[in-house]
This record gives sequence, structure tokens and C-alpha cells, in this order.
Amino acid sequence: MRGFAAILIMIATAALLPAPGVMAADITGAGATFPYPIYAKWADAYRTKSGIAMNYQSIGSGGGIAQIKAGTIDFGASDMPLAADDLKAAGLMQFPAIVGGVVPVMNLDGVAPGAMRLTGLVLADIYLGKIRKWNDKAIAELNAGVALPDEAIAVVRRSDGSGTTFIFTDYLSKVSPEWKSRVGSSTAVAWPEGVGGKGNEGVAAYVQRIKGAIGYVEYAYAKRNRMTHASVRNRDGQFVQPDDATFKAAAANADWKNAPGFYQILTDQPGRTAWPITGASFILMHVRQDKPQNAAEVLKFFDWSFRNGQKLAEALDYVPLPNAVVTIVEDAWKTQIGDGAGKAVWH
Amino acid sequence: MSNARYRWRLLVNRFNLTMSLGTMAFGMLFLLWILATLFTKGVAALAPSLFTQMTPPPGSAGGLLNAIYGSLLIVGTATLVSTPIGILAGIHLAEYGRNGWFAEATRFINDILLSAPSIILGLFVYTVYVVQAGHFSGWAGSMALALIAIPVVVRTTENMLRLVPGSLREAAVALGAPMWKVILKVTLKAVRGGVTTGILLAVARMSGETAPLLFTALNNQFFSTDMNAPMANLPVVIFQFAMSPFDDWKSLAWAAALLITLAVLALNVVARTVFRQSSTR
Amino acid sequence: MENADRRWRRQGGVALSARNPATRAPYSPASPPPLFALPAVDPRLHARRAAAGRHQDAWFEHATRAFAALVLALLVCIIVALAYAALPALRTFGAAFFVTDVWNPVTGQFGALAPIYGTLVTSAIALLIGVPVSFGIAIFLTEMCPATLKRPLGTAVELLAAIPSIIYGMWGLFVFAPFFADHVEPLLTRVFGGVWLLGRLFEGAPTGLGMLTAGVILAVMIIPFIASVMRDVFDVVPPVLKESAYGLGCTTWEVVRNIVVPCTRIGVAGGIMLGLGRALGETMAVTFVIGNANRIRASLFEPGNSIASALANEFNEAADPVHRGALMALGLVLFVLTLIVLAASRVLIARLSRAQGAPT
Repeated sequence: MRGFAAILIMIATAALLPAPGVMAADITGAGATFPYPIYAKWADAYRTKSGIAMNYQSIGSGGGIAQIKAGTIDFGASDMPLAADDLKAAGLMQFPAIVGGVVPVMNLDGVAPGAMRLTGLVLADIYLGKIRKWNDKAIAELNAGVALPDEAIAVVRRSDGSGTTFIFTDYLSKVSPEWKSRVGSSTAVAWPEGVGGKGNEGVAAYVQRIKGAIGYVEYAYAKRNRMTHASVRNRDGQFVQPDDATFKAAAANADWKNAPGFYQILTDQPGRTAWPITGASFILMHVRQDKPQNAAEVLKFFDWSFRNGQKLAEALDYVPLPNAVVTIVEDAWKTQIGDGAGKAVWH
Repeated sequence: MSNARYRWRLLVNRFNLTMSLGTMAFGMLFLLWILATLFTKGVAALAPSLFTQMTPPPGSAGGLLNAIYGSLLIVGTATLVSTPIGILAGIHLAEYGRNGWFAEATRFINDILLSAPSIILGLFVYTVYVVQAGHFSGWAGSMALALIAIPVVVRTTENMLRLVPGSLREAAVALGAPMWKVILKVTLKAVRGGVTTGILLAVARMSGETAPLLFTALNNQFFSTDMNAPMANLPVVIFQFAMSPFDDWKSLAWAAALLITLAVLALNVVARTVFRQSSTR
Repeated sequence: MENADRRWRRQGGVALSARNPATRAPYSPASPPPLFALPAVDPRLHARRAAAGRHQDAWFEHATRAFAALVLALLVCIIVALAYAALPALRTFGAAFFVTDVWNPVTGQFGALAPIYGTLVTSAIALLIGVPVSFGIAIFLTEMCPATLKRPLGTAVELLAAIPSIIYGMWGLFVFAPFFADHVEPLLTRVFGGVWLLGRLFEGAPTGLGMLTAGVILAVMIIPFIASVMRDVFDVVPPVLKESAYGLGCTTWEVVRNIVVPCTRIGVAGGIMLGLGRALGETMAVTFVIGNANRIRASLFEPGNSIASALANEFNEAADPVHRGALMALGLVLFVLTLIVLAASRVLIARLSRAQGAPT
């Protein structure tokens, strides 16, 4: 009995005493899986430099929005920007942090990455369940040189609330009136078809696993896992390959300065080399901060990442914010985020 | 009876017993398949770095230190909380609850809670604790796991205490001991092996639970000792890493799965052999 | 801390240890050594001590009753908390919530039918496969198994129960689903493809992720629970009944079918309900392989959703109170369903034990 009690006391002490020389996560964020690879890289580099640990949980944009509204995290991340009324109602402000592109990926033997050509209309029909086989006429006429198997298309999409879904379905709604009326665009839609994966990670994992599958993921996931991506026709009629140059071309038209709450959608942008399924990922924070020190740390982290994390972002084929946009964003921090007394958190 | 009928009966008998043997083989096949997969993929991923490095972002090398530590803390705290509650409630059911509606009802409810879906308990703790506190925390995770363990401990304690013969209790009372001393120092001590088995089985059960931790402790990619914040733990790490496309994450998930299974199996074996209840007579 | 022996001696008691000859009183037939050498205690002190003991006993009994009441209160609290959190959705949709097959977070329309359907179908498949297999295992362990193997094989079956469900999920996703997709599903399509009704059950792309795979993995998970209960009830069949049947010349199977099964029918039913209760609530194993699609399709190869996997996937992101309320309502449905099934199981098993004469 005494030995038992001794063990219990040891566990209790371990639980309550902080161990020496370890770092606790000082700031917590959660949300979109779209930017997760780059946020994780930035957090790692920032911790090496400054010792502050930023704990980011990729639970999906829907999760990020829900948790920041519930106040359980310091900042939320979402690829779907909230409208100005939603922001005001929830007491939040948002700012863009990174730009990236969503690409369709497939699991087909013998097809090289980028060799397959698809249009938005074909993608919409696949996801509506109207095109069911890979050697369907609509796909074959776009891909004369590619050997398309006579196999069923296994559709993979997101099961959780996702900003990547928002970007993808927004693009499909723009190019396919039938998609717009039947399904619409949001972080979570009533998918007519398909297996649901959790997060960009889940979709990528399912596409890797199921033969003849098609899915949509942020480009960093496709590139890192060497998946077969497709080239998509943009508004100007050009079939473009996804990489940070084409994402940057799409983001060039964004008007960050005048958009309330930085609300900008970058899908289906004009431009010869623009990637049609581009989007920005946003950070959500409360305008009235209960914990101003945490808020200051979050803003310091992002400031550092904007100025020093550009190379890391480009290596993963994300588009970092240009310096002019960074200035606009930081001005918004000064004016919009305050502590309980109204004093600005960022200087 | 005719020879044909007899032969038919023998044939039916042989067929059904062969099917029975077949089902046993079916069950064993799955057990061996799962364990073989776990061991081959898990051992391939085992390395000393598992215990010295933290969970990495995708594409970097890393280990499972924060997850292992977090799991130990959360399960340890949950055991600390659930053991006294479970033992005391079990004592009540066994010693004071032979008759009466209260003990019957409690026993009934306890058995239901024993097999209730653990995700519901996670939802419950989220609603009453996480939302009120405003953040995820290791304490919430411990609470959810304790709710899972309490019915197990209550049931084993009650069953064990019932095995103690009345003569032992009567002898202790005759010596003038107050009832609480009789219970704590005589009857409970007589069955401490069985009760410890129950606690170890409860710990084994808690170690593998994922769903309740999803909504309570969340996860943490850094090493943290702060129970009042999201805490890394092995099951949620497995959930996150296994469903990802990154190979380094997937191999870490297998290693974590192997660690959990080894711990659970070891606890089961230890509980059944080392702490085997010797006869109470 | 003074030990009992020293205190005894301080109070004037005689050392009771017979092993110490120095303190043992020499034997004399006139006054044999007392069995209990009670110290000379003031009767008032004794009365005070007894009263203190009764006082402590009352406290102890109240304390244990409080903890037992905690368990009782827990169930009530869970139901109340879930019901309260589910109110926004129930108020919006009313009773139609449980029979509508739509789950559209965009328009805010939620109906529980698809997850409920998925839960029931996967559990039904699990029982269809699990019950006969458990029955066979229980017969093997009680009738056919050589005595030396009985214990290790019994422990092996219980090990299946001890494996955490997330391991089942991982194994299901990485090993079993591809195996199922490559070998079993095409076979099923080939065999049942043209058949009238069954063909509809087995059509579709063999992705390996769907309700059939989830059902099979659930079956493997509940087999140890049902098999343990069946083995326990088969073991307590009075041997005299079986021996008389053997004496009449029955084969083993005939004994099982005509003696063991009728005798243990209630307990077997209880075991099956226990397995059903677990299958209904299983989360992780199902989430990995069910495909997470909130719709109802005829084919078992199609992805679906169960209540538990819907909760695991969507809960952390439901910001809208109606969405969250809908998920809580799903949780409430699941809890009530498992409550009914587990309560029935317990009643049945207890009734069998009482019939057999074992202490309940």
C-alpha cells in the first residue's frame, strides 16, 4: 500500500512540476490544412531563432473558425475569408498570410505529373458523378496522347470543413452553372459523390491508396508526395502547370488595400499564366484581446515569417506576401487589434 | 436405427465441428495478421530517436517524446482520479449494497457505462469542461479517460470483494474493529491482487482510447508539461499521422501504434499473471 | 507510527506471539493460556472508542455512498448535457430530424438518417459475421479444445479484445482495405453481380473503403466480446445434462444443439446484445475505413457514415450552433440506442445467471 502510494505521489509530482530545460508551446493556433506545411516550417525556424514555440493544429478551416469563435485558441487559420458582417458579429479581424494553389491529383499508372489536361467543366462533371470512367469522351478529347484506362473514377473529397474545399468549389461554381445550382461553394458542401478524407492529408492519403482515384489538394502536398497532378485550363484558355509563378500571376490582380477585411477570392483570375484554382489563406484573431501578450507573440511570429520566411515558402511552392501587402497588413494590426482597454497590441 | 441415418448424424457432427475449428482459426488468423502487421511495420520504425525527439513537422526527422510523455501524464492523472472513486464506489456496492434499490440501480448504470461509446464521454467533457474553461487541456483529457476507467474499477472491486467469505469479516468485527477498518484493512487487503488487476486493466483500456481525447486534449507538436493546455498524446498523434500522405509521419504512426499495443498487452499479461488473485479462503 | 503489538503491550496486554518463549507464560493446567489476553481497559474508554468507531463508520458509509451516487449521477448528467446541447437543432428541425436524409452545412439543413443508417448497417454486418464465428469459437473452447490449450487460446481471444481500436483502424486502412479491394470486392461483384437483389448490394468501384469493410472490421472487434460471454454461459451448463445426452448416444454437435443452446439461450442473447452495443459505439476503427460520406446508397461498397465517425470528423469544426446541435443530437441518439441495447443485454445475462443459480 505504501509503495502504491509512493508511485501515485511521483506521478502527481511529475504532472505538476515543469521539467527543466523544456519549452512549452506559448501560442496556439489551429485551422486550415492548406497552409499547414509552411506554417509548420515557419514555426520550427522561429523556435530555433527565438525560443517561442508556436503550436499549430491542422484541423481544417471549419475547425479553425469554430475554435477561434469559441476562444479556445490564440489565432485561427482559414482559407475561406469571412465576410465583413460575420467578422463584426464574431468580433474578429482577418489578414492574409500566404497564397497557394489547389491542384487536382490522380492515381493513374503510366501518367506523368502534369501530363493530364482537365478543364473546370470536366472537373465539375466528375465531382457531380456525370463522368464516371477515365476513358470518357470528355476527358479523352482533351488528352489525345495519354493512355486512359477503362476504369471507374474513384472520387475523393474532404470530409471535414475545409477552406481548400471552399477554393475548389468556388472555382467549380464559377465555371459550371450546374455545380453552382446543385452544390454551391462553402467549406463543407453536400457532395454528390466520393469518399471523404480528413484534411488535405487525408485526401492525399486516400488518392495514393485507391487506384483510379481523383482528389484535390494544396500543391505542397502533391509536390512533396510526388503525386500525379493535372494541368488545368485557365480563363484565358491556356493549360497551365501549377507552381509558384502561376500562383503569383493569379494573385497579382488582388486588391488588398481596398477590400474590407482583406476579403479577396483569387480563383479563375484573368492572365495568360494564371493558375485558375488559387487562393489565399487567412489568419483570424479577436479584435479585443483578453491575453494581449499572446496576441503580441502571434503578431511577432507572423511579422518574422513575412520578412524572413519567404525562401522557405517558395521552396514549398507557396507565394509569400509581397512587401507592399505586408505593410498594409501590419497597418491593419495597428488599427484593429487592441487589448481590453483599447490600446493597440502591435506597434 | 439405420446405418445411413447414423452416418448422416456423424457427418453433420464432423462438419459442424470442423466449422467450429474453422472459426477458431479465423479468429486466430486475424489476431496474428494484426499483430504481424503491427510488429513488422512498427519495428521497422523503432529507433532511439523516438524517445529523444519531439513530433516533427512533415518532412523532418523526429520522434515521439512529447506524445509519450503526454500520454503517460494524462493516463497517470486519470488513474489517480479514477482509482479512489472506483474503489470506494465498489466498496459501497459490495459491502453496503446487498439490498435496496440504490445499489441495484448503481450496478445497472455502471454496467451500461462500462460499454458506453467513449466518444460520448468525450462530448460530455467537452460540453461541461472545455467550453466552460475556454481551452483544450490535459486535465479535460484526463477527466474523459477517468470516466472510462471508473466503471471498470467499480465492477472489478465489487466482484472481488464479494468473493471474500463472510467469516473473514465476522472475525475482524469480533475483534472490535470498526467497519471501515474491517473493509479497508482486512477485506480489501485480502483481494488486493484482484483489485490491482482491475486497475491495470482499466489503465490498459485508457491507454488505447482516442475518440475522447480528440475533443478534450487536442494535440501539441511541442514538448509541454502544462496540463492546462493542449497536450500531445500517442493516440491522437497516430490518428493525425496515419491519415496523412507523408511517409515519415506514417512510420512514426506505426511505431506509436506498436508502443501502445506493447504497453496494453504487457499490462494485460502482468495483470493476469503477476497479480493473479490467490484464493481468498 | 506505533505498531499494534507495541500498543497492545503498552496497554498491559500479554504478548500473544507463541513463538517467543521468553514472553510465553509457562503452561499450567489450572489456568490454560488465554486465547485472547484482553488488556485491562476502562469500560468508559471502551464505550467511547466504540462510539467513535460507529461515528467513523457512518462517515465511511456516507462517503462510499456519495461515490456510488457519482456513478449514478454521471449517466443522468450525460443525458442532460447532450440533450441541452442538442436543443438548437431539435428546436429547428423537430422530430423530422431523425428521418431526413440530408446533411448540408451550406444551407443549414441537417437530418440524421444517413449516419443512423450507416451505424445500423455496419452493426448488422458485424453481427451477421460475428455471431456465427463467436458461436463456433465458444463451442471449440468448451467442447473440442484439449485441456492444455484451453487457457492460452482463451487468453488469445481476449487479446483480440484488448487491442485498442485505433490499431484496428490503422490495420484496416493500410492492410485490410487494399486486400479487400483487390481480392474480395471483385470476387463479390463477380459472384453476385447478376443476382436479382443481392447484385445491388455489391456494385460499384472496389475502393476498399465503405460500409462492407467497416462491417467486417467491426465483426472482428466484437467477436472476442460475444465469444467470451458465450463461453462463460456454455461453461455453466450443468454437466449432468450433457452427460445424460452423451449417455443416450448423441454426437457432440447434437449435445450442443439440443442441450447447450436451449439452456443458454438467454445468456447468448445477452452476449449478442453486448456485442451490438459495442459495435454501435465504435469510433476509430470505423472512421478510418468507412469513407465519410453522408448519404444513403444501396451498395455496400459505397462509402457511408456512422454516427460515431460523423462526430469524430465534424465536431471540432461545427461553429454554427445548429450544426453543433445536430451533431449533439446524433450523439444523443447514439447514447440512447446503446443505452437500450446494453440495458437489455444486462437484464438478459443477469436473468440467465439467476436461473443457473449463480450469485448475481
